[in-house]
Amino acid sequence: MRPFDYHRPDAPDAACHAAAEAGAKFLAGGTNLVDLMKLEVMAPTALVDLSRLGLDRIEEDGEGLRLGATVTNSDLAADPRIRSQWPVLSRALLAGASGQLRNKATTGGNLLQRTRCPYFYDTSADCNKRDPGAGCAALGGVQRNHAILGTSDHCVALHPSDMAVALRALDARVALRDGDGLTRVIAMDDLYRLPGDRPDLETTLAPAELITAVHLPAPHGDRQVYRKVRDRASYAFALVSMGAVLAMDAGRITHAALAYGGLAPRPWRDTEAESLLIGERPSEALFAAVADRLLRDAHPHEGTEFKVPLARRVVAAVLREATQ
Amino acid sequence: MNIELTVNGDTHQLDLDPRVTLLDALRDHLRLTGSKKGCDHGQCGACTVIAGGRRINACLSLAVTHDGGAVTTVEGLGQDELSPLQRAFVEHDGMQCGYCTPGQLCSATAMLTELDQGWPSHVSAELDGPYDLTEAELAERMSGNLCRCSCYPGINAAIRQARETAE
Repeated sequence: MRPFDYHRPDAPDAACHAAAEAGAKFLAGGTNLVDLMKLEVMAPTALVDLSRLGLDRIEEDGEGLRLGATVTNSDLAADPRIRSQWPVLSRALLAGASGQLRNKATTGGNLLQRTRCPYFYDTSADCNKRDPGAGCAALGGVQRNHAILGTSDHCVALHPSDMAVALRALDARVALRDGDGLTRVIAMDDLYRLPGDRPDLETTLAPAELITAVHLPAPHGDRQVYRKVRDRASYAFALVSMGAVLAMDAGRITHAALAYGGLAPRPWRDTEAESLLIGERPSEALFAAVADRLLRDAHPHEGTEFKVPLARRVVAAVLREATQ
Repeated sequence: MNIELTVNGDTHQLDLDPRVTLLDALRDHLRLTGSKKGCDHGQCGACTVIAGGRRINACLSLAVTHDGGAVTTVEGLGQDELSPLQRAFVEHDGMQCGYCTPGQLCSATAMLTELDQGWPSHVSAELDGPYDLTEAELAERMSGNLCRCSCYPGINAAIRQARETAE
């Protein structure tokens, strides 16, 4: 691990100020960043520890909940309000990592965790995400845990988070604060960039801009499902995952928000595919049409072709469960 | 950087490079070598300790971030005599090479507390507990700890016995 300065501010403005230093990074739970620093995939010159900022609370904010950025994944998953009203979020969190990691990993850190593409982790391999312009060893390499939607000729890496998939389906928003004390709230959809020709730029965050909270609106639907398909029964990243928030009235679907993991460089949603469900009665033909629309622009490479039929089956299974 | 760390009830003053992980601070600076360095990347669970009442991977946590905090390692689980869980591991032969054992013990100790607190898991049918320590729940909740000797039958029997003894 390369040497770095360590700062432990006690207020968000001081944290943003400290992070304005070139090469500085925020440190939350550290479960991903410290790992990447050991491998020298990331080498920040300063760490700004967020643990003393008082951002570790879950508070009611009128329309829903305000999840502090340093609330741990385990606290969030176990919160009685989350379990009863936003179960898709509890389920997604519990599907991710191990008990030990969930006790350290945080809401803000989870949103910003880096891809698990093995070529990103291997500093001897070319990677445009790690080293812009270097090339991509994943293209033509061994592919299984790579994206089939939203990729570019420069990068096929996946966003690894389960939590972010549930938050996308719940229409969560992200509260940000910069070094000048300016705050803004953006949709999850606006947080992530697609790779294009700059896969190293993963989010729309400005330098030293801090995630302070995630706003969770009251759910639009009472039927919530999270399903994760992976290579082993526990403690593995998704091959395909799906979070669904649905509402039905008199046998017809009135609301559908469907988000996917394991398919794209960011938690994926396709509102066109969702709109096919609105006003319809559930049927296998309808579910197949949703999958067709979702996967119409899928671009699998050798080794990820299996994700197309797998995603089709996941879509059908989740929609079946959510509309029973 | 100077930090204060309370480990197994004893408070220590340490002067550490910020790069030192909690695991290395425990092993190399405090000579508490119970916590093991396995994968060193949070995947095997051999380094599991209980920090602030929660089980964590000590290998992925910088020691300076624990300044003022309290940590329990395997050495602190049964200081005068073995804890019921440790005794159960002996009785059920829950180890072979023993390398993963300290992590299994710390993890299981904290996991049983999580169960008492009614925390759900990925395999829980309902999100509102309480939960029994079924085979599926035990496997899921201990999935962050690997045993390369595959002593899982003994480990699982020991954890169950400790659970039943506590009830």
